[in-house]
Amino acid sequence: MTDYLLMVISAIFVNNILLARYLGNCPFLGVSKKMDTAVGMGMAVIFVLTMAGVVTWFVEMYFLRQSGLVYLRTIVFILVIASLVQFVEIFLKKSIPALYAGLGIFLPLITTNCAVLGVAIINVQKDFNFMQALIFSVASATGFSMALVLFAGLRERMALSRVPGPLEGTAIGLITAGLMSLAFLGFLGMA
Amino acid sequence: MLEAILFLLALGCISGTLLGIASRVFYVYEDPRIELVEDVLPGANCGGCGYAGCSAAAASIVSGDAPPNVCIVGGDAVARAIGDIMGVSVGAGEPRYAHNTCNGGDRAENRFHYLGVWDCRAAVLLYGGEKECDKGCLGMGTCVQTCLFGAITMGDNGVPVFNPDRCTGCGACAKACPKGVIKVLTPSEQILSFNMMDDRLAPCRQTCPAEIDIPTYIDHIKHRRYEEALLTIKERNPFPLTCGRVCPHPCEEMCRRALADDPVAINPLKRFVADYEMNSGRYFPVPVAPDTGYKVAVIGGGPCGLTCAYYLRRLGHSVTVFEMQEKLGGMLYYGIPEYRLPKKILDWEIQGILNLGIKAKTNVKFGVDFDLASLVGAGYDAIFLAVGAWKYSSARLEGEDRIRGVYGGTVFLERCGREIGHPIGRRVGVIGGGNTAMDAARTSLRLGAEKVYIIYRRTENEMPANAEEIQAAREEGIEFLFLAAPNRIIENDGVLTHLEYLKMRLGEPDESGRRRPIPIEGSETRIPLDNLILAIGQVPDLSFMDSSGRIKDLETTRWRTIVGDPDTNQTSIPYVFAGGDVYTGPWIAVGAIGNGRQAARSIHLYLTGEDMRFPDGRLKVDIGSRTGYIPGTIFDKISGVQRKGRIPKPELEPNERIHSMDEVELTISEEDALREAGRCMNCCLTCYDKDA
Repeated sequence: MTDYLLMVISAIFVNNILLARYLGNCPFLGVSKKMDTAVGMGMAVIFVLTMAGVVTWFVEMYFLRQSGLVYLRTIVFILVIASLVQFVEIFLKKSIPALYAGLGIFLPLITTNCAVLGVAIINVQKDFNFMQALIFSVASATGFSMALVLFAGLRERMALSRVPGPLEGTAIGLITAGLMSLAFLGFLGMA
Repeated sequence: MLEAILFLLALGCISGTLLGIASRVFYVYEDPRIELVEDVLPGANCGGCGYAGCSAAAASIVSGDAPPNVCIVGGDAVARAIGDIMGVSVGAGEPRYAHNTCNGGDRAENRFHYLGVWDCRAAVLLYGGEKECDKGCLGMGTCVQTCLFGAITMGDNGVPVFNPDRCTGCGACAKACPKGVIKVLTPSEQILSFNMMDDRLAPCRQTCPAEIDIPTYIDHIKHRRYEEALLTIKERNPFPLTCGRVCPHPCEEMCRRALADDPVAINPLKRFVADYEMNSGRYFPVPVAPDTGYKVAVIGGGPCGLTCAYYLRRLGHSVTVFEMQEKLGGMLYYGIPEYRLPKKILDWEIQGILNLGIKAKTNVKFGVDFDLASLVGAGYDAIFLAVGAWKYSSARLEGEDRIRGVYGGTVFLERCGREIGHPIGRRVGVIGGGNTAMDAARTSLRLGAEKVYIIYRRTENEMPANAEEIQAAREEGIEFLFLAAPNRIIENDGVLTHLEYLKMRLGEPDESGRRRPIPIEGSETRIPLDNLILAIGQVPDLSFMDSSGRIKDLETTRWRTIVGDPDTNQTSIPYVFAGGDVYTGPWIAVGAIGNGRQAARSIHLYLTGEDMRFPDGRLKVDIGSRTGYIPGTIFDKISGVQRKGRIPKPELEPNERIHSMDEVELTISEEDALREAGRCMNCCLTCYDKDA
């Protein structure tokens, strides 16, 4: 039990997928200008990442390792995740329109996101068992969403202040992200 | 190697097949038009329309949540293509533009000096911004940064300046502005907007019954942009030539400049630009919205009816005006004498209104030649009743309608309007103290009367006529008999010989606030008269209601006016609207014009099926009692303004003018107009330009 708790804290704070591993930069900079889109994106990431983590774990354990095709892992994962997200999108549209309306436009955006792929690969590289893979995926996605929402809050404030011309837009965003990253270094050694 | 290739091929096939099956199994019907619309959209995903990307915009257009012209990048061509897919005609000729509504800028006083705040939104979070005025522009340029198209620059005065050539009307600036200073409107929406309590309005703008944007048009004149000045006036008043001559200009009484020296000559400036258009020999083009296909009948071709027709036409509706007289213009033509408003000038102005594509039928009387049923049968979707108040009120004198030589004021002026050279005796008495009385008296003088009296039962202070008209009448030698109440008409064989009146004294104020006249016993006095003109008031002629049919359902008041909603002019018959004198009771021309535009708004919204009611907070100023102004905008004194006198009023000498119908007041010169425009302090809510 303690192991799982440590894993959650580690994935959210210490080894935050965004701020420590620096994966998933594209949505981090792209959809962080407004709080409401950031929240929507965060929810979509939790949804997709959890599913992708679980499915790729099965693909790795019961397929790639059995047939000795582990060297095809990256390309297979990309294909599987992309198909999966497409499938989920079609499924949601028909079956749960309310959820689709909330997440719809964000799902295709994170189809082959490197954070999603990264978590899937970490799951299998560390030889997690199924429960560990599931919890690590959820926790990583939560960490991602938290960082995204925090960052959106900062950027909303930044829009109101005068930024030196050459640093406007993405440049000041990257600097801020770097500072956030440094701040998260403070968690190092906790778990 | 082969193994890997085969494996990936198989995986690809499985995924493809599964997705193919899934898309069949989980098929959701989607309007095929969404895809068509999405193909037409530029695919820039810029978000300028307010939707998350072009797909979302396409879905909203098809579901009817967004208008076909929602895309700000594609412009007219895309809007038309979408309109074709959706099967609707698009108001593609109606681009939206951003407008600045604050004149304050740098001259507005600061409460604070901020350090390190560079954004209006941030400033608002800090005690509401640095300006004293809580509604004014903060001038930090947040709108300039927001604009994706470089259409906004910060002007010299510290308020944003919009470049209409680059503005796409996306509204991003208006959303960003925390003070709501920027309004993004189409020309139609501009016509349909009325003064609101939270608008930034100078006292003159609040006062004008037609709600003309006075500071803006004077500013245009100051910069010699006469055409723009005229078009600014015409957004609120299609009769600048007429009003420039006959308007009693209540705006000038509230002019803030009057607290330093004299009010700005607002009306002479209006007349100057209106004459500028007429002297240029062409009508300046005004934007007209694309045709909507709705038909409106306007009954009565006076100032209110023609104004309503003008704005309905500009909103794209098809309008026909029905007029009982031979000429259009109503009381402007038949009530206002030639020497104040030459018929030639009025005709030119009305022709400009008709040139927008308004049909007019004259010599047809409502209730006689046509009625409500025939209009409905002819396919009119809404009917506007603006028949005016043409019946003179009785003076309750025995024999007033029988004795020869006694006329009703409106009847007299109407006859003079038709044939110049109405017979008149040597000695004429006019009963009444309003502008009709002044007009009748001054007209009698010009027709050859030697002695003209105005008989009024109170004193000059209580007279409803304009001070200028009273002054002009006095200059022309008309004698005023104040505190004189007509008592009896003396006749000889059915011909008028004398008028007997009682002398009065003033008692306590009555409910209208004017002191009530009380007769003095035994003070009967007689004056010999050849003609007597009764000009004590007018009432609407509602004889058309005697006919059968639904028109009988119209509710009326005890003053014989038609009851309608005070904000929308809608009567008890939903498709019939009433406006002008028949609805408000006799009032000034500019009031009828303002009422005509209000009716045009209601009729437009009625036709398009929208809610006609005004949002809360409409500004309603009572110019009589000077109440209803935006709090804090009317001052007792101003300081720091250098005194500069008002330009003199050019007019004919009294002895020159009383023998002809020539226009008495003249138009000011361009030099004077520029000088006078320079005196305007371009006021906003609380700030004004002290250096003007």
